[in-house]
Amino acid sequence: MNKIISNTLKVLLVFVFSFPLVWIVFSSLKPQSELFTYPLTILPENPTFINFVNALKSGNFVRYFSNSTIVAVISTAISVVINTMAGYALSKYIFKGRDTIFFVMIATLMIPLQVILVPIFILEKNLGMLNTLWGIIIPPAATPTGIFLARQYMMSIPNSLIEAARIDGAGEWYIFHRIVMPLAKPIVATLAIFSFMWRWNDFLWPFIVLSKQKKYTIQLALANFVGQYDVEWSKLLSMTVISIIPLIIVFLIFQKYFIKGMTSGGVKG
Amino acid sequence: MATKKRAASSFHQIKAPLLFLAPNVIIFIIFIIYPALSGIKMSFYDWSILGDTAFAGFSNYKYLINDEMFWKTLGNSLRFVVMVVPLLTIAALGVALLVAGHEKGIGLYRGLYYIPTLLSFVIVGISWRWLLGDEIGVINYIIKLSGGTPQRWLTSPLMANISLVFITVWCQTGFYMVMFVGGLQAIPGSLYEAAKIDGANTWQMFTKIKFPMIRPTTLVVMVLATINAFKAFELIFVLTKGGPGVSTKFLVQNIYQVAFEEDKLGYAAAQAVILMMVIGILTFVQFKLNGKEHDNE
Repeated sequence: MNKIISNTLKVLLVFVFSFPLVWIVFSSLKPQSELFTYPLTILPENPTFINFVNALKSGNFVRYFSNSTIVAVISTAISVVINTMAGYALSKYIFKGRDTIFFVMIATLMIPLQVILVPIFILEKNLGMLNTLWGIIIPPAATPTGIFLARQYMMSIPNSLIEAARIDGAGEWYIFHRIVMPLAKPIVATLAIFSFMWRWNDFLWPFIVLSKQKKYTIQLALANFVGQYDVEWSKLLSMTVISIIPLIIVFLIFQKYFIKGMTSGGVKG
Repeated sequence: MATKKRAASSFHQIKAPLLFLAPNVIIFIIFIIYPALSGIKMSFYDWSILGDTAFAGFSNYKYLINDEMFWKTLGNSLRFVVMVVPLLTIAALGVALLVAGHEKGIGLYRGLYYIPTLLSFVIVGISWRWLLGDEIGVINYIIKLSGGTPQRWLTSPLMANISLVFITVWCQTGFYMVMFVGGLQAIPGSLYEAAKIDGANTWQMFTKIKFPMIRPTTLVVMVLATINAFKAFELIFVLTKGGPGVSTKFLVQNIYQVAFEEDKLGYAAAQAVILMMVIGILTFVQFKLNGKEHDNE
């Protein structure tokens, strides 16, 4: 009995959590005429890719997509390197002030960007970073969550390996990138995936920093598109679907790391 | 020889870790700590985007006392937090209890429940606007088909608030579910066996074993959910733009508007300082309350 209820619930929840996305995908495959004709059908009657073609041809869509890709890839690369470095320093060295530094870094989670967006805007302006992609690549690359996850993982690497390398005369940087990093591949994967997802999905940094359309990321472009009075749904829906594809691919490939990373750290940065 | 050794050890115990930490520390100082401090400073100034500044003492804060929009949007934010946090915690825990096991295929369910969490707020907003549109939405279409009254999901003050809470819970349940799954899976199996031998039923298993054991996870979930609920910005931007009227306008929207549309950066900063304090106090209270309940046991 219990089993039947819980299985029914599980299936019902699949519907609740996936229906909106499924509906969007099916809608994006419908020709414009079919979108608003009744009766509505779940599956498109005359499936077509014309909306996707139109989306890709329209205005700056490809540019937005490539801006997003540049930002997500570069920011992820920087983020992985500096967060693993910090995680290593905080887990494998003993020095005065270490725990304070770690605590302050984690505490910055309590200062959301939404709260400091005014000073951030002025700062970016003064640094000449407004309307540059660097302005949204560098600042979010350091994440408390990333440092936390990296530190957790690095603690499991045996000290004896590092000590042995030191006795053999290896330098600190050599030890980090030739001995520690190869052992830290799982956490590197986890950080890379999270970072990619956060940067790809990011709206607020671009929203504050970018005002020139040429520099828009895909999220910013979509948000502006849906904000218009007369929304061109057929195009918008296909753009939406295209913008999700990289995430789904990354998720499917690295699902294992996703869940692992989430369970051990479980914070959003 | 001795001095050389000491020099080497001081390098690898002090300078090396600081060098490894440097990039993060520099970014944190420049892009979080400095802005937070300069935000506090700005709140004591009249400040314009063009760069005109004048010291204003406490006048920004005094002005807040009679600012209806500030109180209205702060109230909206608090109401949103009070509705979202418990609902989200319960939803995430409930779903986690369903899928925390190790049986075959359970990972697929977890993956599917996680989908909304993968999507950006912008995408979530667009998806639900497409589903909940007054005329174009499939939800109203289904309601009409089954003979019900279509609702103005996003364009009536009450429904817009309900929709916003629901959508927020919908798109974050997966995230906190995973945290709860982690917490539940960490409970030693021997506890369950002992309880079974004592004849505990499912409900007793939950209240006497699972719930007490995942209390630390619950605390983290609630603290994070609170901070995240105060941050709600993107969804509102895409779904309701704060409307109808100002019924879904939150304090973060108001801060943005006051700063960039009314060009009162100092006044916006003062509101942000208050928000930071509210978040800080609530986090503190949550930790305190949780500690206390522990002591009573």
